[in-house]
Amino acid sequence: MNAIDILGGLLTSDLRMATPILLSALGLLIMNRSGLINIGCEGIMLISTFIAVAGTYYTHNVWLGMLCAMAVAGLLGAFFAFLTVSLRANQIVVGVALNTLGTGISTVLNRMLFGMDFISVKEYAFAKISIPGLQDIPVIGQALFAQMPVVYIAFLLVPVVSYFLFRTPIGLDLRSVGENPRAADTLGIDVYKMRYGAAIVGCMLMGMGGAFLSTGLLNSFQESMTANRGFIALAAVIFGKYKPTGVMLATMLFALGLAVANLLPSIGSTIPYNIVTMIPYLLTIVALAGFVGKVTPPAAAGKPYKKG
Amino acid sequence: MQKFDRIKFRSNMSSAARQISVSLMAVVVALIISMLVIAAMGVDPMKAMSKMLSGALGSKNAIAETLVKMTPLLFTGMSYALANRCGLTNIGMEGQLYVGALTATIAGVYIPGLPMIVHLPLTMLAGFLGGAIWGGIVGVLKVRFGANEIITTVMLNTVATNLVQYMVNGPITEPPGDDAQSSPLLDSASLPIILKGTRAHLGILIALLFVVLFYLFLWKSKKGYEIRVSGQNPNAAIYSGINTGRNIILVMLIAGGLSGLAGATEVMGVQGRLFPSVSPGYGFDGIAVSLIGANTAPGIVAGAFLFGILRAGGNSMQRATGVPVAIISVIQAVVILMVVATGFLREGGFKRKKAAKRQNVQEGGVSQ
Amino acid sequence: MSMILEMKHITKQFPGVLANSDVDLSVAKGEVHTLLGENGAGKSTLMNILCGLYHPTSGEIWLEGKQVRFSSAKDAMAHGIGMVHQHFMLIPTLTVVENCLIGAESKSPLKLDLDGAAKQLSALAKEYNMDLDPMAKVEDLSVGACQRAEIIKALFRGAKILILDEPTAVLTPQETEELFHMVRKLTGSGYTVIFISHKLNEVKEISDRITVLRSGRSVQTVANDESITVNELARLMVGRDVDMTVTRHETDQSKAMLTVSHLTLGTPSGSRLLNDISFEVHKGEIFGIAGVDGNGQSELVECLTGLRKATAGTAVYKDLDLARSSTREIMKKGVSHVPQDRQKSGLVLSMNLSENLILQDYYQPEFGKGMMLDWKYINEYSDRLLKDFQVKAPSRYELAQNLSGGNQQKVIIAREISRQPGLLIAMHPTRGVDVGAIEYIHRRIMQERDEGRAVLLVSTELDEVMKLSDRVAVMYEGEIMGIVDPKKVTVEEMGLMMGGQRRDDAPAAVG
Repeated sequence: MNAIDILGGLLTSDLRMATPILLSALGLLIMNRSGLINIGCEGIMLISTFIAVAGTYYTHNVWLGMLCAMAVAGLLGAFFAFLTVSLRANQIVVGVALNTLGTGISTVLNRMLFGMDFISVKEYAFAKISIPGLQDIPVIGQALFAQMPVVYIAFLLVPVVSYFLFRTPIGLDLRSVGENPRAADTLGIDVYKMRYGAAIVGCMLMGMGGAFLSTGLLNSFQESMTANRGFIALAAVIFGKYKPTGVMLATMLFALGLAVANLLPSIGSTIPYNIVTMIPYLLTIVALAGFVGKVTPPAAAGKPYKKG
Repeated sequence: MQKFDRIKFRSNMSSAARQISVSLMAVVVALIISMLVIAAMGVDPMKAMSKMLSGALGSKNAIAETLVKMTPLLFTGMSYALANRCGLTNIGMEGQLYVGALTATIAGVYIPGLPMIVHLPLTMLAGFLGGAIWGGIVGVLKVRFGANEIITTVMLNTVATNLVQYMVNGPITEPPGDDAQSSPLLDSASLPIILKGTRAHLGILIALLFVVLFYLFLWKSKKGYEIRVSGQNPNAAIYSGINTGRNIILVMLIAGGLSGLAGATEVMGVQGRLFPSVSPGYGFDGIAVSLIGANTAPGIVAGAFLFGILRAGGNSMQRATGVPVAIISVIQAVVILMVVATGFLREGGFKRKKAAKRQNVQEGGVSQ
Repeated sequence: MSMILEMKHITKQFPGVLANSDVDLSVAKGEVHTLLGENGAGKSTLMNILCGLYHPTSGEIWLEGKQVRFSSAKDAMAHGIGMVHQHFMLIPTLTVVENCLIGAESKSPLKLDLDGAAKQLSALAKEYNMDLDPMAKVEDLSVGACQRAEIIKALFRGAKILILDEPTAVLTPQETEELFHMVRKLTGSGYTVIFISHKLNEVKEISDRITVLRSGRSVQTVANDESITVNELARLMVGRDVDMTVTRHETDQSKAMLTVSHLTLGTPSGSRLLNDISFEVHKGEIFGIAGVDGNGQSELVECLTGLRKATAGTAVYKDLDLARSSTREIMKKGVSHVPQDRQKSGLVLSMNLSENLILQDYYQPEFGKGMMLDWKYINEYSDRLLKDFQVKAPSRYELAQNLSGGNQQKVIIAREISRQPGLLIAMHPTRGVDVGAIEYIHRRIMQERDEGRAVLLVSTELDEVMKLSDRVAVMYEGEIMGIVDPKKVTVEEMGLMMGGQRRDDAPAAVG
């Protein structure tokens, strides 16, 4: 392998690996901006990885599998909102419970439906969309112009979410709910409805991310396969300073770490895999400690709101 | 004043009774939901439950298994509860447990020639310190840099599991390094068995001793009072001259140390050496234990007992009925969700508030 | 008189609390109608019902002759009701125009029209002579500007009836005049203003008619003319004749207990929150500090109690420089502190009364040897204090949150006074408590003075400072405008100082 190939390969795999994390991180960002902290992203992604595989297996269509995963994740989002918004339960604890639930239920369902069999959905995999000509550009050609459609969707969602949050009336309403729900309430905004909406849409994005991880990247479900990607997404939102573009750059950086870690053995490096995988988390801690400028979360994030 | 004392007695009773009844209710509902899930899998839920109970309590061996599972849960439950009493959300117990297991392993494997009376406490101490460092980092980051402890603990959990994986695959791997595991701990650093012919080890007694200390510390000591004030109202703590920053660091050190002891007792009493998956999630279970126990000492014992039963009985249930042991995670999650979902019942002494507000009105003030 | 708004037989029952009971309110178009009442009389509840935040348990609302029913704040706004809340409902990280557009109907759901809205806001501001930049971030605005932003926001959202909830609490007398000017201009051009206050002089000045609320009921509506006096208003508000006079005894005031000299608190940006503050508080004296909220009083108290470190100057009490000492050192030395916000920092609401009563001294040997607490003694001690200070509570095990505001404050007073301090620092000791508790607390503070303690009393209630203090300093923007004898100064003179006019003939700071 020459250097250009390695670089090109790295970039291609970076964007691919970034996609599930980016989708989940955008979901988390939307929830965060409405005042909801969802530690349970990992669990929701994990459930989605399984639902997507099962859905694809039974419908023979990977898109329908993804839709199933998004629907289930959306329901979990509504459930999260019911507990934390309507019943004002502690968001962190509910999130932790969702993670435990994700580990348990994805395994239980897998054993129930497929026993010990290994199910591959490779035959239904997403088709790559290659743009003739452009895909042959060295280094970036394959990465930018010969990817699966979900990769394009994820990265196109970045400007879409950005526009939504900062340029539309409903985006302003959403941010105001995350900053000061009482003020939003006095201006006639239904705080609960906003947060329910953010939770459902946000979790659907996590579902999409989980689905792409199993059906897009690995073509199968394995127990605990998300391997902390939900927490990386959480880290990316903070490291990206609660802005869509920042979140995107953070996910690309973190995914690059994963891509490099996977590449290390093949180029004969002795740097241990586990040391490299720590990097995103350590970087996030450094960011939280304020060494890379101030990170200001939405003022009402994590706090329950009581109407009236 | 005599009359007042009677009222106090009643209101205290009703508060404790409410706590217990709400917790019990949450657990019962969670079990019913879980049985429905088991029924949906085509298994007789009564059979599954009875298998679980007999696996956890049905014999000397079963009870010993429950005690074994309870031990780390008591420690992580106290860890979460202590931090929570100080107003902190420590969800880094899992990571603190891993680091505690790692440091205990190092002390238990690489310090030869000591008598047990020295080596055993030393290894425990190493485990405590490992966890304390991991927790202390969180405290320092919060006090010095204002970094939110929820996020830093989440991040440090993953760092810790990766650290342990790295260590057992590299620096402390058992020669020649074929398996991802450490060398076995020396006998002088292994917790003795307290029930002959079972796996029940001294760790459970040590854990229960710590529960007593936990109670004395929080409710009878001046430092414990400071910590509770800091947790309930940090502004009031600062106003009265309490050094809240120092207390946060202290609490995170102790909480981390308690989780570290969970890891230490696991390697010293159960597993005998360090594996990359030393804990099946005891750290996160600690949240549930503490929630059910409402951050109180007896409550934590009850919560750890419940989850000990689930963990110990899960395997026999799987063997007898084919219900995967992962269902235990589902049950735990449902228990946690039920407990937090009923939180408003727990604190929502509607009647109490009503009485107080009525008093307000009588005095010419309406609280708004 | 044509009534633009009528609220009839409004009752609002909260779980366990009857906040409004059969309240009637009729407001004529174009008038300034004042809702007058004590803290907790039900004014805010009534207005929250009017602006759609609460739903009444029973009762009717009529607007311009038609019965209406508001299902939400949006609904009320659509009917032309706008409220400026006492605590501003603005989001600091957003601009004024963004704040105005939150929750607003917009032409396109896909495009936020900031520029168009900003133009409208500028036009509105110009029409009512308001100085306001729509593109400024709220966090950069002064308190007065925030209030203007709130008023503009209400007008922008189509308010015809404007509710102002205690708008003058944060203003100087002069700024209040400006606000009243604006209010008159608004009513002149057809708006109706509902003004909420408990400050009688202001009410007398601005109102056309006044409705008095007491204990959740509407007592009476009166026209504001010569026939009604401030004293009568007070009687209506409180429900009995109020005797707020206190007796003061002669005390020996020769010895200075606290000597503050050139105390200064700077910020990293170079501004000064406190600038060259000097005064003395003597034994047997109540030294009052008056001024509009937010003029450095909090910072001064924080510097004297170890919560902040002054950047220059000293504050010496018994050889200890308070400006450089920790809170614990200061309290140990015999300083007591009644904090400005009892719920925020004075009490731990979720703890019981015993635990609250030892908050300042739990570490002393008196409450337990070594590292442990002696609960048996603490309980006896608590019972004694609760009885001595007439705290109405079922027992020492009651949680602080279940007490009324007045009794909560008594718990703090009990704790701080029982320490037998050499210096008592009390900030807003009667804020938001009922009249009975106010009388009691005033008596206790006066008793402390008579027993020879030095008392530093900080309050924004001018009446309170003037009545209790032996000498009064007025603070404005972190400086002392003058130190005066309350018996020899007029309210107008005080107002001028509160608005930033220095008094040259003020007696020497030290004296």
